[in-house]
Amino acid sequence: MNRRLLWPAVVLALLLLLNLFFTPGFLSIEVKDGHFYGSLIDILRFGAPLVLVSLGMTLVIATGGIDLSVGSVVAISGALACLAISQGTGVLAAVALAVAVALVLGAFNGFLVAVIGIQPIVATLILMVAGRGLAQLITDGQIITVTDAGFKVIGGGYLFMLPFGILLALVVLAATVFLTRRLALGLLIESVGGNAEASRLAGLRSRGILITVYAFAALCAGIAGVMVASNVSSADGNNAGLWIELDAILAVVIGGTLLTGGRFSLGGTVLGALVIQTLTTTIYSIGVPPETTLLFKALVVAAVCLLQSAAFRARAFPRRERPVTQPVQDTTEVAR
Amino acid sequence: MLKKISALVLAGVTAVALTSCGKGESGAAAPGGGKTIMGFSQVGAESGWRTANTKSVQEAAKAAGIELKFSDAQQKQENQIKAIRSYIQQKVDVIAFSPVVESGWDTVLKEAKNANIPVILTDRAVDSTDKTLYKTFLGSDFVEEGRKAGKWLTEESKSEAGPVNIVELQGTTGSAPANDRKAGFAEVIGSDPKFKVVASQTGDFTRAKGKEVMEAFLKSTPDIDVLYAHNDDMALGAIEAIEGAGKVPGKDIKIISVDAVKDGMQALADGKISYIVECSPLLGPQLMDLTKKVLAKEEVPARVVTEETTFTQEQAKKVLASRQY
Repeated sequence: MNRRLLWPAVVLALLLLLNLFFTPGFLSIEVKDGHFYGSLIDILRFGAPLVLVSLGMTLVIATGGIDLSVGSVVAISGALACLAISQGTGVLAAVALAVAVALVLGAFNGFLVAVIGIQPIVATLILMVAGRGLAQLITDGQIITVTDAGFKVIGGGYLFMLPFGILLALVVLAATVFLTRRLALGLLIESVGGNAEASRLAGLRSRGILITVYAFAALCAGIAGVMVASNVSSADGNNAGLWIELDAILAVVIGGTLLTGGRFSLGGTVLGALVIQTLTTTIYSIGVPPETTLLFKALVVAAVCLLQSAAFRARAFPRRERPVTQPVQDTTEVAR
Repeated sequence: MLKKISALVLAGVTAVALTSCGKGESGAAAPGGGKTIMGFSQVGAESGWRTANTKSVQEAAKAAGIELKFSDAQQKQENQIKAIRSYIQQKVDVIAFSPVVESGWDTVLKEAKNANIPVILTDRAVDSTDKTLYKTFLGSDFVEEGRKAGKWLTEESKSEAGPVNIVELQGTTGSAPANDRKAGFAEVIGSDPKFKVVASQTGDFTRAKGKEVMEAFLKSTPDIDVLYAHNDDMALGAIEAIEGAGKVPGKDIKIISVDAVKDGMQALADGKISYIVECSPLLGPQLMDLTKKVLAKEEVPARVVTEETTFTQEQAKKVLASRQY
């Protein structure tokens, strides 16, 4: 467990050091207008939606599935919330509506995968493509701007001197950890991901678990969508959450969860999401030219993925790594 | 505008688009009944700018007594090619379209030429080497927009000794408006060494990215005098970041942006943005004029620039109420 978290943590630390080198005050946090202010706070705040989406994605991937539709769900929920508020609905009702619709969309994904038996990548592709169109239908192709101060709090406001979004992400993280690690749910998810047929024979209702997991992923995406829309006080059906599903899958992989399903690491996922967000912020801070941004990102991500690979480490550092290879091989066995 | 090419994302709605090609046609008059018929293929409805563009074309056609056959390509080139072919079959008098992408138009344009139907490009260009395939290209000059932004800044900071530290929020990397607006701006301010572009990053033409990038700029670059954003949306996002940093947008940091959409004009009137260069979608009336000239076999210039203006804060307050988009 700790070994798996080691490499993403090292990369995160290196990225922060790189920033410190270019921007001496990078790690400093000051109090401004009664709340914390600094680059680290920014990373957490802008990373909060990705952390949320990645948490849901972790559980989906742990069952051996994948959810490509989360980006569209982000757009739909943000669009719904803004539309409802612009038509005079209260903030809480609007947010509840957006999150509820997200939940229904997730259950629909789960239904396609668990009951109809469509492969997850195909089943969620439907909503990925159609959902983006749905979001544009809701916004009528426009950007809906809302000026509600209460709505602004969710993604752009503060509580206990911290951005509200960070706290919200922490609450969802805590709930997820509790549900999967204190209750049996985590074990059930891992067993379905490890071997669905064996789990069924052992008396597990894998259908229900699958639907729950997809609904949870969409729920997380729905909350993230409200957060993204609230942060800029507007809903952009075309761009909100665009490609976030890929970032989320990457965060899960960086965090050491295997795409083949089985064991998962929530801590690793959070770390992975933070690595991605720190990377983005680093690019802005040290001034990587936009033309080379993607190359820079690709190089860092490739490095992280290589470091995560036991086979690569065994070749690159033959002697020192022998004790590490053993436990990692164990996990792959469990996963299969 | 080129900014919202989400063809990939919309790929799945293609089927819907294909069947709805003829759906948006206005009027059911028999073709050729003495009235001029125009076939117009729009990129999509991806932004408020684009919707205003569509509306302008539809209204201008009505006012000019031209029958419009309108189709929405949902940001897919094949839809657009299909629409143009169907216009050729219907023997319309003129075809106008905003190409989704720059390349791949030669075949279908040759078919139009063989059928003796003149073609007018609007808003976006094609890269065909054969310039006889279309009559004219009507659209904004993005380089000129960048120049206008630069000129205002040189005028505004004439009395300042400098240095003037500028941060730039670019549009989507590689898109024509981003490249050209950057080039035009750099060309004007490049003549005076007191102007320094201290940071320049892409904000993908979106509010969310504009805010995120500006947050990072504010921390990595302590002394920012001017923000140049390639569109209003990024400027609006950046305004939130600047306010969050305890600074006053428009005062502590002057903001120049391009587009003049309604939310942007509101911010300009509120004093948060300092200056906006217009990039107008309202090219309907000009398009109808050109159409009439082309059909009357008059000579038209190969490139017609959209009539556009610029707005200061004072001007914004005056025109705000009458903005259409």
